[in-house]
Amino acid sequence: MRLGLVIDLDVCVGCHACAIACKQWNASGTTGPLSDYQPYGAEPSGVWFNRIRHFEVGEYPHNKTINFPMSCMHCEDAACVTVCPTGASYKRAEDGIVLVDQDKCMGCNYCSWACPYGARELDRASGTMKKCTLCVDRIYDETIPIEERQPACVLTCPAHARMFGDFDDPDSAVSRAVREREGYQLLPELGYNPTNHYLPPRKAPPIPTENLGQPGFKERLKTFANKLVKR
Amino acid sequence: MHPAFSVIFFTVASGAGFGLFALLYLADLLQLGGGLSRQQVSVGGAIALVLIIAGLLSSVGHLANPKNAWRAFSRWRTSWLSREGVFAVTFFPFAFGYVGLSFLDLGLEGLLLTLGALATLLAWVTVFSTSMIYACLKTIRQWNTPLVPANYLALGHYTGALILMLIANQGEVDRAPYYFLVLAFLVAAAFLKGLYYFWIGSPVAASTIHTATGFTRAQVKLFDAGHTHGTFLTQEFGFQIARRWALALRIFVFLAGFVIPFVWLVQAGPEVSGGAVVALIALLGVLAERWLFFAEARHVVNLYHGAQRC
Repeated sequence: MRLGLVIDLDVCVGCHACAIACKQWNASGTTGPLSDYQPYGAEPSGVWFNRIRHFEVGEYPHNKTINFPMSCMHCEDAACVTVCPTGASYKRAEDGIVLVDQDKCMGCNYCSWACPYGARELDRASGTMKKCTLCVDRIYDETIPIEERQPACVLTCPAHARMFGDFDDPDSAVSRAVREREGYQLLPELGYNPTNHYLPPRKAPPIPTENLGQPGFKERLKTFANKLVKR
Repeated sequence: MHPAFSVIFFTVASGAGFGLFALLYLADLLQLGGGLSRQQVSVGGAIALVLIIAGLLSSVGHLANPKNAWRAFSRWRTSWLSREGVFAVTFFPFAFGYVGLSFLDLGLEGLLLTLGALATLLAWVTVFSTSMIYACLKTIRQWNTPLVPANYLALGHYTGALILMLIANQGEVDRAPYYFLVLAFLVAAAFLKGLYYFWIGSPVAASTIHTATGFTRAQVKLFDAGHTHGTFLTQEFGFQIARRWALALRIFVFLAGFVIPFVWLVQAGPEVSGGAVVALIALLGVLAERWLFFAEARHVVNLYHGAQRC
């Protein structure tokens, strides 16, 4: 099994709800708490597993804002795991989830150096590295309804921009979405083979903004009136 | 990258210590300049060990959770950081044996030289492992090069040779071979450092904002990083120094690290006096070099914080 996320950049509205839901669930989860520094102060900061960045693609007038959620990619060749000197960082053989054992981490930051996606953040309060767990304490919890056994970010997304599933199963929703929508990986040249995939925005012709044709009678009347009235 | 002073001190101090130890042993083995006295070997070995231990203790300083530092020896099969720890620790029994037997002067030449040989091998492997901690990271192009281990080894031996020359000056040996050893390592280290600066000046096969986002058909720029203040990522990887500073520091690295020591040494000749001052100036240069090594490294994650290429 190779569990991971598919993020549809075509429909993500950039509302940060996934990040909030992630923080809410994981603050009390297996790697919580997720410390906040100066939450109401001048320089609010803190540990988050999931961050949403916003990019502008293309140039005006053919530009587009693309909202870009990023969390741990749960890479197949996870360098964060191989560089870890204490064995705190590990990748589960049964489902490919990359985790940090909070009892073993010595806070050397080396795994965060090896991660190109910025998925790991040091918690200054505990001195240990924290990262997305793919809500491992939720997706296997048999006490909650089966349809809710999904990561918090996926459950909460109001635009359904996130999908969770097994990439090893060619018939799973995530595998099909990647196949049909040309899903891709970030920074493929580094060779980490991230499990998470991104679906590109659908191509749409630009909406014309010039040469919109002759103005109607009402418009011409207004223009004429405007010429008469000095402002 | 954020330059942590504890790590800078660690790599400079233990690099010099390991370099000094290896050269001390080789000088002892080859009876360089007529051979160092047993007393000189034990004093030099003690200085090397103090430098190495001070460096290793300092390296613990940057850990956020040092109570788990003992676990760092467990993943030597995959992690260069772990390997470095393991080799550094295995170095000590052999090194202590060599320095101790030199001090006691029991005349066990065979055992002495065997212990020294093993310790020297481990010293080299440890410095190499330290450099590979950085060189193995694909996320930082400026570090991911064989020039990094070459630089670490050359600078460690250069600074070690400077200290060895000071020790040789205190005894009856012929000073010339020690003097030329320093000059040789100085030239090699300066050449490799120059090569490194030349190499990081011209980007090759870099990751760009296009590969980072997958949008390869248009210009991409960061619109909003999504947080109101800095995060761990911007603090750890967003360290930026102005180009003007980098150039001034590079000039300082070459002046203090190589040019001033070179001019002083050449002008003074093998009967050099005031070698301690030269060594201190060179060490300052190497400290600046190590600071720049971190400060100039640009992590790929900066592509998600506004950089166009890394």
